[in-house]
Amino acid sequence: VSVLPEPGGILSHWARMELGDFYHRRYGRILATLIRLIGDFELAEESLQDAFALALEAWPAAGTPANPEAWIVSTARHKAIDRIRRRAFLDTHRAEVEHHWRVQVESAADVVEPEDSLSLIFTCCHPALAPEAQVALTLRTLCGLSTEEIAHAFLVPVPTLAQRLVRAKTKIRDAGIPYRVPESHDYPARLDAVLAVVYLVFNEGYSASFGEQLVRAELCAEANRLGRMLVELLPRSTEAKGLLALMLLHDARRNARVDSDGGLVRLEDQERSRWDRGQIAEGIALVEASLRGGPPGPYAVQAAIAAVHSEARTAAETDWRQIAALYGVLVSLQPTPVVELNQAVAVAMADGPNRGLELLDRLTARGELSSYHLLPVARAELLQRLGRHPEAAAEFQRALALASNEPERRHIERRLAEVSADLR
Amino acid sequence: MRYMCLIYSDEGWRNTMSEAEGGRVLQEFMDFTQSVVKSGHHRAGERLAPTSSATTIRTKGGKVVTTDGPFAETKEQLGGYYILEAANLDEALKLAQRIPTVHLGGAIEVRPIMDMPPAK
Repeated sequence: VSVLPEPGGILSHWARMELGDFYHRRYGRILATLIRLIGDFELAEESLQDAFALALEAWPAAGTPANPEAWIVSTARHKAIDRIRRRAFLDTHRAEVEHHWRVQVESAADVVEPEDSLSLIFTCCHPALAPEAQVALTLRTLCGLSTEEIAHAFLVPVPTLAQRLVRAKTKIRDAGIPYRVPESHDYPARLDAVLAVVYLVFNEGYSASFGEQLVRAELCAEANRLGRMLVELLPRSTEAKGLLALMLLHDARRNARVDSDGGLVRLEDQERSRWDRGQIAEGIALVEASLRGGPPGPYAVQAAIAAVHSEARTAAETDWRQIAALYGVLVSLQPTPVVELNQAVAVAMADGPNRGLELLDRLTARGELSSYHLLPVARAELLQRLGRHPEAAAEFQRALALASNEPERRHIERRLAEVSADLR
Repeated sequence: MRYMCLIYSDEGWRNTMSEAEGGRVLQEFMDFTQSVVKSGHHRAGERLAPTSSATTIRTKGGKVVTTDGPFAETKEQLGGYYILEAANLDEALKLAQRIPTVHLGGAIEVRPIMDMPPAK
């Protein structure tokens, strides 16, 4: 008896896998184009779901179409027309408005325009939407993350997040939030919000706080792509360059950051030959261009810090004095407790663990980071270096109680085992 | 789309204004109104008498109850409104920013007006 499934079975399985991959890579840009064509978030999303459901039936049997993107757009457009007709039938007084839509949708071309993603992100990050809704909507639409994934990432109950998304989409429609890249005089304020969201998307991909998978390379790629688009559209924006540089420099370490078991590898333990040198060179060139372009912003400074790390051939050769100085600049630009935490770690490397511990003690006393697992991790590492192992073990325990990401938890467990072994 | 711009400010402040100051503010409002009429954005706009003249009615236990005063005591009161025609929220916000109240310490709430079928 053959253990192999039927050939058709293999084919359809392969087609489904391929479709899933396609969905994850293309969802955002296709949706962006559909929103432009259809002019309604909700209807575009529903129609896109319809089109993917149809693809799931049709592609495994008939084969993947030559231009899958155009197939999806075209199918979704037709599904949208069906839905418009049904709505118009149920709600006769809206028939005129619906007719206008239908003409527009019917005459549209099935071409996915990259610019649409930019219109979409500026719309999602509109200041008339609550900040938490901006982030959720960008992740849902541009990155195609599920409501569950976003809810998990932000430690919010799923129904709360779902409601947040619905409310945001309703407001976009009812308040007439325009679907476009803002006019030049609106750029600076609107860009800050967009950059923050793009960086957040990158971080979701880089350190995915949900589930087992540490690196969701596609999300990083999506964030990098958006970052590149922003740099292209705003060639004089130093912060757009700074952000792209920062993302490229971090992303360059992706392969060295995770071991074969999916565990997290600390920067100092990473095999630096596995860093992507091409991407590092591109990142450094962007940092330099950004710093030449005007006074540095927070992204450019963070990118400069990443660049200093990237330039060190070994961890021991890291120029910690320069990094500590850059963190000093960053704290003045962005005085947040997380930045101060990183500054303390850099100071500990440059001036010794006692000096770093002083800064961490001050930060701990303020209580702002009481639920952030990396604070006890940082304390534990400095205490360990000072030979204060029982205190270090207690801090690792505290960190373990706060960490939710699986690879990070495993890393903390390993460190705890090390320090506990030293105790015996 | 039509947007309702609800003008909120502290009424008390209006009473403490000197005559000259009051005249200047009035002139600013007239200038704004004239500019949006000229640009074709103006649909309507009125100034309301102070909330001390307001009467609120609601049903309590099946009876219509009439009370003196506005429906809620707030730090800033609704003092007037504009209805402006704008292509989208961005344009409406840009117009609303020019309502003198914004630089006089008050606030403007911008709300889209829902399109309803005409009454028969």
